[in-house]
Amino acid sequence: MTDFNHQQTAHCESGAVAALLRHNGLDLSEPMVFGLSSALTYAYIPLVKMGGMPLLAYRMPPGRIIRGLSKRLGIRFHFERFRRPEDGTAALNKYLEQGTPVGLQASVYWLPYFPENMRFHFNAHNLVAYGKDGDDYLISDPTFEQPVRADTAALQRSRFVKGMLAPKGLIYYPEDISQAKDLTAAIPVAIRSTANMMLRTPLPFIGVRGIRHVARHMEKLSPANEHYNKLLIGHMVRMQEEIGTGGAGFRFLFASFLQESAGILSDERLAKAADQFTDAGDEWRRFALYAAKMLKGRSELDYDKLATQLRKVADMEQEGYQMLLALKSG
Amino acid sequence: MKLDDVPQDKSRSFEGQKKRLYARDENGEYTTALSSGWEAEDVVLDQAVEEYNRFTREARQRVQQGLSSPLEYHMYAHRMDITVLAQATGFFRWQVRRHLTPAVFNLLTPRKLQRYEEALQMTPGQLRTLPPEDEPQND
Repeated sequence: MTDFNHQQTAHCESGAVAALLRHNGLDLSEPMVFGLSSALTYAYIPLVKMGGMPLLAYRMPPGRIIRGLSKRLGIRFHFERFRRPEDGTAALNKYLEQGTPVGLQASVYWLPYFPENMRFHFNAHNLVAYGKDGDDYLISDPTFEQPVRADTAALQRSRFVKGMLAPKGLIYYPEDISQAKDLTAAIPVAIRSTANMMLRTPLPFIGVRGIRHVARHMEKLSPANEHYNKLLIGHMVRMQEEIGTGGAGFRFLFASFLQESAGILSDERLAKAADQFTDAGDEWRRFALYAAKMLKGRSELDYDKLATQLRKVADMEQEGYQMLLALKSG
Repeated sequence: MKLDDVPQDKSRSFEGQKKRLYARDENGEYTTALSSGWEAEDVVLDQAVEEYNRFTREARQRVQQGLSSPLEYHMYAHRMDITVLAQATGFFRWQVRRHLTPAVFNLLTPRKLQRYEEALQMTPGQLRTLPPEDEPQND
């Protein structure tokens, strides 16, 4: 049976990719994978609804980490999707028989090992399958402390759900890591890409402008729709804090990446930027705390207070990205 | 976030699991720590789960009053809405909406019913009835 070194991470996709690379001999930390693929973002897209709520994201869409990393480091990943579920299961079995652990995309709802309250119809969860024992697949799910198991029927079901972000049985693994580029060249490009996206995207609901856009939206919420407003606020906090964010909408994960980069590039300014994003993350957490208190009825529902807090976060993040853009000229 | 601030609020939703978070040690160096949950996160998670539970309870009443087909109950019990159920079955949303009325649901062909059975992972018998009240069916 294949030995696979299971490590719990904060985020599923960066965790699964880091685990697969490590298994193939390229040891990158989860924050490094996350940062190199420029996965940090802020996006608020009211036109796209999920469960009646506007799409809100603190990181780039699923798949970005794998694609972003292969672009930055010149690592080739092999991707396979399937029309028929049986074909997808057969291909997975073939890889496992060869002793190749593979990354899979699956729906959280149909994975049997997820706690009941965590099961929602999110179809872009990532995990690594590394073996089979009877009817059970041996799974290294990056968001769990220990390796887990799923039976054949359940795993096939969750790999072939239909709908938004349908996995279509996606299997992936790194093909060739021998050409991996040097981190010292890749890191500045990745950082600049994130800072540009957050400050210079010409759309009002992306990046720092997006945070301010949502702040304005908060102030304009009509007190008459209290039930919907509360759901919206809860939704914002859920996207920010639920399993797989590393806390504070991925900001700590990003700060950790900056700190690691400061060491690799021997650049004190990156360490300063890491401090800045840590502080921004702490303010995101304060937003979550205020919101939770209001939802619980322990403090008065105050849309202006939430908006003010969002603006504070936006200001701190803006300063942070400006620090990162200034690195180039230095 | 400092290591001391990593929340340990023993979230019920985690069912004893812990999640890994990034935090800074006393020297300001980033490391990871296990968290048993955060109360603020619990509040919003409970809110989302309770919203589906409320829809499920209301749907049960409508089914009992003959206003809705059991499909509406099962849809919410599976934490779906019309959009998600339509995507999962390949029906249009207006079709799903029609199927939520008892008169249309009762005349559905076995082939169409099968698409619901598959998407919800239920037997034909389960799909056509409400589960007993004391055993809320969540999957």
